[in-house]
Amino acid sequence: MAALGSPLQTFRGLLRELRYASGRPYRDTPAYRHIVAAFRAHRVTSEKLCRAQQELHFQAATYLCLLRSVREHTALHREYHGKGERSPEEVAGLVGFRLPQQPGGKG
Amino acid sequence: MALFLPPERKRFYQNVSISQGEGGFEINLDHRKLKTPQAKLFTVPSEALAIAVATEWDSQKDTIKFYTMHLTTLCNTALDNPTQRNKTQLIRAAVKFLETDTICYRVEEPPALAELQKNEWDPIVAWAEKRYNVAIGSSTSILGPNIPASTKETFISHLASYNMWALQGIEYVITQLKSLILSMGLIDRHITVEKAVLLSRLEEEYQIQRWGNVEWAHDYDLCELRARAAAGTLFVHLCSESSTVKHKLLQD
Repeated sequence: MAALGSPLQTFRGLLRELRYASGRPYRDTPAYRHIVAAFRAHRVTSEKLCRAQQELHFQAATYLCLLRSVREHTALHREYHGKGERSPEEVAGLVGFRLPQQPGGKG
Repeated sequence: MALFLPPERKRFYQNVSISQGEGGFEINLDHRKLKTPQAKLFTVPSEALAIAVATEWDSQKDTIKFYTMHLTTLCNTALDNPTQRNKTQLIRAAVKFLETDTICYRVEEPPALAELQKNEWDPIVAWAEKRYNVAIGSSTSILGPNIPASTKETFISHLASYNMWALQGIEYVITQLKSLILSMGLIDRHITVEKAVLLSRLEEEYQIQRWGNVEWAHDYDLCELRARAAAGTLFVHLCSESSTVKHKLLQD
């Protein structure tokens, strides 16, 4: 079984991602209701190893990874790939260079 | 270059909702039903999957960014089946990856990387050999390891126990991670998505540690691969039997 950390942390992470994703109060979204209901139904019981609970936690962690990665990927895409071609000055700036100054203009 | 790309579609809807139809769960954008690219009605077998798809549509801001909607894409693929493959062909395509499985190809130099591959990949290969009771092994030859026919047959009969939707997801994860063994580790919940992606990109991670990380290439690929692997894994779990068991528990 994969090491997942604490379910509470995963739960909080999911809520955070839902807040980023929905942009409006997330408590009335179906995703929020579903996640809360699922976590509530799988609260820690007296059973030492609860298979359904572990499966749910794995699913929640996977969904958290999906939401987080999509958000990070979109941010990187917007920053570096979403604007079309860069000017030579910008390209040089990306790797920490500056283009030489030519006093008489180009050529 | 951006000038030559088609303009992104605006978000033409306000509310996203889910309704239950005959074939399963449907997505409504305002009062119109979502359709697939081949104009079929978009229906999914599980409510949780429908909620996740609806969340994808609802989190689009001004324009619809289809490249971020992996679950929608997977459902479309499963519904339309654009490559027109049947179950046997899907399974064969998935098992074919075993011959060129990433974690069975090893390097001999540099020694540090060879050591890293041995330490990180060997436990997963050992887990798969034990879990499926097969022989896999690894190789440093360009021809790859010699996988016995019985191993392939075991995986073929194991994959045959999944339905068409789950199989589309499994094949998707395999082609993303370039490894059948890592994908089965994910599907069987033996490793997390983060771990599977790390193991799949082991050589790249080694080179990053040595030469440095470039955000717009390495991190970009990492995020995309994580998103795709997570989407595929979730899709498989939500479409296969275990999720219906979970629903019964939820009704208590």
